[in-house]
Amino acid sequence: MYEIVGKKNLGEGINLYNISAPDVALKALPGQFIILRVNKNGERVPITIANSDKNDKTVTILVQTLGKTTHLLSELNVGDSLADVVGPLGVPTEIEKFGTVVCVGGGFGIAAIYPIAKAMKSAGNNVISIIGARSKGLLLMEDEMRSASNEVLVATNDGSYGSKGIVTDVLRELIYDKKIQIERVIAIGPVIMMKAVSDLTREKSIKTTVSLNPIMIDGTGMCGACRVLVDKKTKFACVDGPDFDGHLVDFDNLMNRLKFYKEEEKASYECHIKEHHKL
Amino acid sequence: MDKNANTSRQNSLETKERLKIKKHEMRCQPPEERRHNFKEVPYGYSPEEAVEEAKRCIRCKKPYCIEGCPVNIDIPAFVKLIEEGDFLGAAKKIKENNSLPAICGRVCPQEDQCEKVCTIGKRKDTLSVAIGNLERFVADYESKYGDIHIETNKGKGKKIAVVGGGPAGLTVAGDLCKMGYSVSIFEALHEIGGVLMYGIPEFRLPKEILLRELKVLEDMGVEIFTNEVIGKTITVDELFNERGYSAVFIGTGAGTPKFLNIPGEELNGVYSANEFLTRVNLMRAYNKSEYDTPIKCGKTLVVFGAGNTAMDAVRTGLRLGYDDAIIFYRRSRKEMTARLEEVHHAEEEGVKFEFLINPIRFIGDENHNVTAVECERMELGEPDESGRRRPIPIKGSEFITPIDAAVIAIGTNVNPIVPSSTPGMSLNKWGYIIADENTGKTTKKGVFAGGDIVTGAATVILAMGAGKKAAVAIDKYLETGIW
Repeated sequence: MYEIVGKKNLGEGINLYNISAPDVALKALPGQFIILRVNKNGERVPITIANSDKNDKTVTILVQTLGKTTHLLSELNVGDSLADVVGPLGVPTEIEKFGTVVCVGGGFGIAAIYPIAKAMKSAGNNVISIIGARSKGLLLMEDEMRSASNEVLVATNDGSYGSKGIVTDVLRELIYDKKIQIERVIAIGPVIMMKAVSDLTREKSIKTTVSLNPIMIDGTGMCGACRVLVDKKTKFACVDGPDFDGHLVDFDNLMNRLKFYKEEEKASYECHIKEHHKL
Repeated sequence: MDKNANTSRQNSLETKERLKIKKHEMRCQPPEERRHNFKEVPYGYSPEEAVEEAKRCIRCKKPYCIEGCPVNIDIPAFVKLIEEGDFLGAAKKIKENNSLPAICGRVCPQEDQCEKVCTIGKRKDTLSVAIGNLERFVADYESKYGDIHIETNKGKGKKIAVVGGGPAGLTVAGDLCKMGYSVSIFEALHEIGGVLMYGIPEFRLPKEILLRELKVLEDMGVEIFTNEVIGKTITVDELFNERGYSAVFIGTGAGTPKFLNIPGEELNGVYSANEFLTRVNLMRAYNKSEYDTPIKCGKTLVVFGAGNTAMDAVRTGLRLGYDDAIIFYRRSRKEMTARLEEVHHAEEEGVKFEFLINPIRFIGDENHNVTAVECERMELGEPDESGRRRPIPIKGSEFITPIDAAVIAIGTNVNPIVPSSTPGMSLNKWGYIIADENTGKTTKKGVFAGGDIVTGAATVILAMGAGKKAAVAIDKYLETGIW
């Protein structure tokens, strides 16, 4: 079950996996996620689906090694299997012909925004994608994003590729300098980036969708761990989201909630690495 | 052993003599010990204790206990078998009506069901027969010494899909499999069992016992698919049209957790009971050295609510290592909905109870962690729609209590996944599935439902009762084709 049929190292501890999950692959729509467990004692980790292939019956995910679970995953290779994969979870992203749609993907968020850009383009939108990373070498899925968009703009923090700065700067330029009429913005990336994008588009009332990534356990609405504040109301990211109106999301609350287990995660990772080196 | 001689001797026991025997309480792990571990609280009866307790049954002409049981177990018959020393026979007798006796013997509220209507319990100076303890005894005895093989009928050639592997689904699956149908259970989580797995703690229902019961189902031929979220991975309509199922039973259980909707509830350290218990039970967070899902500990844990889930959460808190685990309840002791036994066990273990207290807001530190809760004191007014006296705030009674964590155990709302993805199935005004009480029939042809997804949060045995009725109705529907 859930065999890894493809794996590619994208540098900086980031790996792409193609995982055999026939039922999930048949159903996955842009914006949805899976929950996986690496082994029988592992935690349940929600990860956005970067791509799905109905013929191969696989889903593609990108994972960066940040802690024990992601490290365990990074050690698996083609032919190994995951203990559990469940999905597709969450409400799919609203895909329609809006006109001009800007897809903003920051760092890791590019993997999540790729299927959305692709679907938006298929739906007949003029898709402008803005993708960013710290530096050129860290920019993910550029080729895929070019094929999924009508235009791709790149920003890197160090200026090693595209314009120097952050994705929000590029978006500001589109809105204020180039005065492009934008019907919809989709922003996926670090919480701070989604917040900045939402603040920027609020000024012009450009409807903005963000995809939230709180801590989850079951991912089916049962536990309430993933609750977020949207328009001051409690929502569950797993069943009400993960997409929400960026102008209504309390991003500070999300950032705070994401920090809750930082200490435990750090301790667990350090302990794991120590054990790992002993072997 | 000369069974007949034994039987006749036992039968000669006069009612008067039976009434003289004192009720046998189960021996338990001492409270000061068990509050630090997750091992089961009662040890269970010895065979001698079970036989002695069984002798207390006076074999009434009209056994009210059978009516008091949601799945109508022939209680006097199995108790008699225990008295005769035929423990495996007793287990078999129970299994005619109930495929999960080791679980029901532990988590059923017998005091509100069979034991409530027990004839000798109604007398002034005798207590009811400990039916639940006896059920538990025979189930455990059978698992140790018996050959748990359940006969199934010849194949009926039709497939039935059961959505949700909790008490309702497990019962439907077991009963239909016995009748000869091919049954598949679709479970959303990575382990089957539903609330028995994620909700009820190890010290009340050891996972080992649950796994044992589940294995019996698998051995019978029930097919189990984990990681399948019906409504997401596959829809109910697809179960019929693409997977070839002839009927679908929906038993997806209680839904999304309710919150208090007070300021500060989003702070870190404020949990729903479902999250708190799921971390510890399903994900085994209490076993840090082997499992990866984290849980925090601290000095003071406050649980809001007074049902069985609240008791499970507060007692789990003690075992995780909180110095103080306290129940805050807005009504009084009398209105608590938890089983008396659970409240009693909690008190023995050192759980504190504070009544007539209502939380107003949570207070946090600069790191967004909860540090205190502000509450107000309440008094009881006129009865409300639930028939219980309505709590009313006392002006100027506000006070602040320092806490490290809070658990909200005030119930659940409906889970939207199945209802919203199943066209043609009517829902009530709260979003629960409308299903006939006697058959589980929904308004969608071929679809049956039972348990918490129909009634809202209730008990394990009521869900099992609904499953039993649905199994009979599903069989009838598939035999006759009449909806």
